[in-house]
Amino acid sequence: MSLSTLTARQAHAQSVRKRSTTIAIISTTVVALLIYLLVPLAPGWPAVKKSFFNAEIFIKSFPTLLEAFLLDVMIFLWCAPLIAILGLVIALCRDARSPALYPLRLFGAIYTDVFRGVPVILIVYLIGFGVPGLGLSRPWNSPYIWGSLALILTYSAYVAEIFRSGIESIHSSQRAAAASLGLSPSDTMRFVVLPQAIRRVVPANMNMFIALQKDVALLSFIGPVEILRQAGVYKSLYANFTPYVVAAVIFLIITIPATRLADHLMSKQRRERS
Amino acid sequence: MSDLKLVDVHKSFGDHKVCEGINLSVHDGEMVCLIGSSGSGKSTLLRCMNLLEDIDEGEIFLDGMDISVPGLDPQPIRQQIGIVFQSFNLFPHMTAVENVMLAPRRIHKKSRAELLLEVEALFSKFGLADRMQNYPDQLSGGQQQRVAIVRALAMQPKIMLFDEITSALDPELVAEVLDVLRQLRSQGMTMVLATHEMNFARELADKVCFLDGGRILEAGTPEAVFSNPQKPRTQAFLQSIL
Repeated sequence: MSLSTLTARQAHAQSVRKRSTTIAIISTTVVALLIYLLVPLAPGWPAVKKSFFNAEIFIKSFPTLLEAFLLDVMIFLWCAPLIAILGLVIALCRDARSPALYPLRLFGAIYTDVFRGVPVILIVYLIGFGVPGLGLSRPWNSPYIWGSLALILTYSAYVAEIFRSGIESIHSSQRAAAASLGLSPSDTMRFVVLPQAIRRVVPANMNMFIALQKDVALLSFIGPVEILRQAGVYKSLYANFTPYVVAAVIFLIITIPATRLADHLMSKQRRERS
Repeated sequence: MSDLKLVDVHKSFGDHKVCEGINLSVHDGEMVCLIGSSGSGKSTLLRCMNLLEDIDEGEIFLDGMDISVPGLDPQPIRQQIGIVFQSFNLFPHMTAVENVMLAPRRIHKKSRAELLLEVEALFSKFGLADRMQNYPDQLSGGQQQRVAIVRALAMQPKIMLFDEITSALDPELVAEVLDVLRQLRSQGMTMVLATHEMNFARELADKVCFLDGGRILEAGTPEAVFSNPQKPRTQAFLQSIL
C-alpha cells in the first residue's frame, strides 16, 4: 500500500518540477525574442549598433585592451594584500578594549567613518593629485603609488568593518573558554577568535575584492594607461564606442566567475551554520 | 594544598541578584556538589570562583590568598582553577590535541614535543587516544566534553570546576563523562560541580549544597541533604526531581 502512494507522490512531484521548468523556458524565450525583435525597431538602433557593437573594431582593439587590463590586475595584486593587512589592523584597533588603548579605538572609528563616507573617486583625486603636488621627485610622484594608496585607504575601511563583524560574530563562550584556561587577551584574539572570524568573513571579503578589481579603473583619471584609459584612446582614434564594450566584456570575464564563487561560498557557509 | 573559601559573596547583574551572601569552603581533595533549579545561581557562582565574573562584595580565598581583590591579574589564578562548561566550548578550528595543547604551550612555554607525551597520556587515560587528531565536530558530545576536561586538566590546575557538564548530552553519553569525574575523584582532585545528576552527587560528593535564589539554603553530607532535608524548599526540590 505504502509503495503505491509513494510512487503517486513521486509522480506528482515530478510533474510539478517538469511544469515549472517548461514555464521557465517558455517565458525566457519569449522575453529574449521580444528584445531581439523590438530593440532593432528603435529609431536610433542602426547608429547605436554601428558605434557600440562594431565587430571589426572589437577584434582590432581586443588584444591591446587585454594587455592594458594586465595593468589593472597588477595594481589589484599589490593593493589586495595591503588592504587585507591594513583592514585587519584597523579592525583590531576598533576592538581594543583596554581604556589605555582608547585613542586607537577612536582612530579606528574615525578612519572607517571618513573613508567609507567619501566617494572613492574623490579620494583618488585628492591623494592622486594632492600628494604629488607637494613637489616630490621621481619615483615618489608616481600616480601608481598614490592612486594605489587611495584604493588601499578606502577599501581597508570597508574590509576592516567586515573583519570587525566577523570578530563580533564569535560567541562570547569562546572567549570565556580561552580566558578560563588563563590565556591572555592577545593570545585569545590571536589563536581563538581571529582564526574563526577570518574564515567566517572570507565570502564577504571576496565581494569587496571583486569591487576593488573594478574600481582599479578609477586610477585612469589620474594617469595610468590601464584598460579604461586605453579604451578611451581607441574611442577617440576610431570615433567609436565599441572599445568600451570590449573593456566591459574583459571585466566580466574576470568578475562573473569570481562573483559566482563568492556566492557559492556564501551559501555553503549559510547551510553549514544553519 | 588546594583550598577554596568563599566568604559572603554577592553578585548581581543589574537589578537581578544572583548570589546573595554565599559562604562555602572546599577543602583539599574534596568534591562539593551544588544542586538547585535552573537560575538558582550555581553557574554564576562557579564563574565567580574562576574570576570569569567579578564579584560585587565578599572575598574568595585560594589557599588563603584573597583572589577577589579588585585589580588582581586574573590570568595566573585561572591557570590554577580549571572550568568545564555545559556547552563544551572547544575551539572548533583546532583538532582535539591542539585544543588541549594551546594553553600549556603559550603559558608554560613548553615545546610541542615535551607536551605531546603528557597530553597523549591524558588522552589515553580517558579513552580518547584515537581521537586526538579529530576536530570537535567529528566527535560525539561525550567525546567533546571529555576533550574539554582534558584541556582543563592539561594546565594542571589545583581545583576543577564543572558547570552542568552532562546537561547538554544525550542520556546514553552521560555515563562516559561521569566516569571521568569518578576517575578524577579517586585521584584526589579537588572539585566543585554544579549538577543535576543527583545519584552521582549522592554517591560521590563529600558535601552537597542546595542553592535557591542566590543563597545556600542547605548544606551538608549527601546523606543529610538527600535523606533528611530540613527546609521545605529543599524537600520540594528533591521531591520534584527524584
